[in-house]
This record gives sequence, structure tokens and C-alpha cells, in this order.
Amino acid sequence: MEAYISLFIKAAFVENLALAFFLGMCTFLAVSKRVETAIGLGVAVVVIQVITVPVNHLIFKYLLADGALAWAGLPDVDLSFLGLVSYIGVIAALVQILEMTLDRFFPKLYNALGIFLPLITVNCAILGGTLFMVERQYNLPESVVYGIGSGAGWAIALIALAGIREKLKYSDVPDGLQGLGIAFIIVGLMSLSFMGFSGI
Amino acid sequence: MSDARRILIDPLIDNNPVTLQMLGICSALAVTTSLLPALLMCVALTSVAALSGAAISALRKRIPNNIRIIVHMTIIASLVILVDQLLKAYAFETSKQLSVFVGLIITNCIVLGRAEAFAMKNGVVMSFIDGLGNGLGYSIILISVATLRELFGAGTLLGYPVLETVSNGGWYEANGLMLLPPSAFFIIGLLIWGIRTWRKQQVEKPEYQIHEVHRTDVY
Repeated sequence: MEAYISLFIKAAFVENLALAFFLGMCTFLAVSKRVETAIGLGVAVVVIQVITVPVNHLIFKYLLADGALAWAGLPDVDLSFLGLVSYIGVIAALVQILEMTLDRFFPKLYNALGIFLPLITVNCAILGGTLFMVERQYNLPESVVYGIGSGAGWAIALIALAGIREKLKYSDVPDGLQGLGIAFIIVGLMSLSFMGFSGI
Repeated sequence: MSDARRILIDPLIDNNPVTLQMLGICSALAVTTSLLPALLMCVALTSVAALSGAAISALRKRIPNNIRIIVHMTIIASLVILVDQLLKAYAFETSKQLSVFVGLIITNCIVLGRAEAFAMKNGVVMSFIDGLGNGLGYSIILISVATLRELFGAGTLLGYPVLETVSNGGWYEANGLMLLPPSAFFIIGLLIWGIRTWRKQQVEKPEYQIHEVHRTDVY
């Protein structure tokens, strides 16, 4: 149990996908202008991340890894080079399925998340989570925890940045730094403070 | 010809995908702690951007509009797998350092954005040049960040000592912060400041106008 908690803390804070690995930066900067939209996107990312990481884990373990097709009588086949295409396919398909499910059963949530769902397909944080899971060889429960942790960490960073930027628009920023420039510097400061978690 | 040149040169500074359009830095900054992996990453991204532009443009009349994103993703993913395998075959050590970030070129917004915005509407050659130009625009930012970080973080460039560090008996006290993630954000922020001071038309309008009286101008 302790191992899972420490994995969660590590995924959410120490190795925050946005602040330590620069993943999902485009959406991170584009959608962090208002707290409300940031919360919507944050929730969507957590949900997708929790589903895709374990699903991709199963696909990797039973279809793609070296010798994984032994159950089909093909012990010498190594399909791991097909990883990237399969993961992105799984992510795109899952996002589509989630979108249709939400549209059918939770129309309110669907309207709230609306435009963000398709965007998530191309969010590097999602694909990055899967690739880290493969590289670090997590097992199934670990990849569930990693999915929750990394998604939550990304969402926390996004919402925090949105909070800061909402206040920031009332401050007197030099012309050239206006908008994107100052946002980067704030993200840098946030990243600095998140590094303080590396002791735990 | 001048058209092709404009498409190639424009994304370098005036319409830089990173500093102006805020695209595609996602997967890349993590590889800028030293120059060599950054260079390889630039080559990988530029070739994927150019080739995927050409491939998508060649197929643009056959791709059904409502599933175009998936088709784009598949084409880009195949090209990335190709690059990934090539790197593993010929530059194994550096490809270890790049770890997952080559794979993340798939979700790089520059590649997909150019496919969507340019390659679907223009000819093969132009799309190739456009991909090349945007890849180079991205490379300029990536290489300048990597140069600064390696030079001031470790005192070396491409592994060769430039500033002799104290630990090697020289004079330069290496700045450890440069090797940590936050420094990349600061450098990009300052780069944007520099470019926008030079090219005034890129400055963003503030959302909220501060009243003249409250401005703390020093005369």
C-alpha cells in the first residue's frame, strides 16, 4: 500500500507531467486563462488518463511486448515497434467513446467539457503518461495509480496557473512580456516550487 | 520561387510556431539540458514535419473530411516510428537520453497544426517547404535554449569544455539551476520578451487596461 501512495505522490508532485517534463504545454498555456475552464479540462484529463494508462498497459503486455503473443502460439513475435501507433489509436478511440457516452448519459457534463474532449487526443500529457508507463515497466495496479497521480498532478498545476493568471491581468507587465512571456516565467516559478516536493 | 522562400523564412522569426503561436514546445523542452540530444530532436521533428506535410498533401483529395484527424495521426505516427527506429539503430546512446520524447513528436502541435492548416489546402512541394520552415523555426528556439542551458549549466558545448568549471580547476562556477526544468521556462519567457521587443507587432494586447494614474512610470 505504501508503495502505491509514494508512487501517487511521485507522479502527482515530484514528477509532475507539466512542470517537470513539459508535457501538454500547448493546452496548458492556452486553457489556463480562466479557472472554470481549467477545472473542466483538468477533470477531463484525469478521467482519460485513468482509463488510457491501464488499457495501454494491457495492450502492451498481451499484444505488443517481446514474446507477448505466446498465448496465440507466436512466442517469437516482437511487435513493440507498433507501440506508438497503437497507443495513439487507443487514446483517440477512448476519447471518442467517452465523448459519445457523456453525450448520451450526462449531457450536462458533456456540454461543460465540450470542446476540450477532442483536444485531449493531442495532449502530450496523455501519450506521455502511457510512454512513461511502458518505459518504467509498471504492472497493472501501478499503472492505475500512475494514471490517477499523473492526471491529478497535471490538473492541479493547470488550475493553480489559471488562478494566478486571473489575478495577473490586473498587473502592469512590460509590453513584450504581456501574455505568453509572463505566463512562461510564472510556470517556471511554479515548477521551482514543485521541485520542493522532491524530498518526500 | 519567392513564394516558396516566404513560406520557408516566415516561420523562423516573424511567425515562429513556438514564440508566437504557442505550439509544439510540449514534448521538447525536456531534452534541452544539453545540446546534442536537442540537435537530434530538431532533426527528428523537422523531418517528420516536412515529410508528413508532403504525405498528407499528396493524399489530401482522398482523405474523407470527418475522419481526417485519425488519418493524420496515423501518417504522423508511422513517420515517427520510422525516425525512432532509425535513431535506435544509428544513435543508440542519444536515443536513450531522448527516451519517450521522440514518441511524443506524434502529439506535437506543430506537426498536426501544419497538416491541418496548410497541407490540406496546398500542393506537395509547398507543404514540404512549409513543414521544413516550421520545423526550423522550432529548431531555432530549441537550439538556443539548449545552448544557454548547457553552456551555463555545465560549462560545456556538445560535451567540449568552453567555460572551465571550478571543479576542473577553472574559474566558472556552474549554475545548477540551468540543468533543472524551471530554467527552460525562464529562458523561453525571456526569449519571447526579446523577440517581442524587437518585433513590436507581436506584442499581445493586455486584457485589462490599467488606468494611467496608477502606472508607476519613472520619469
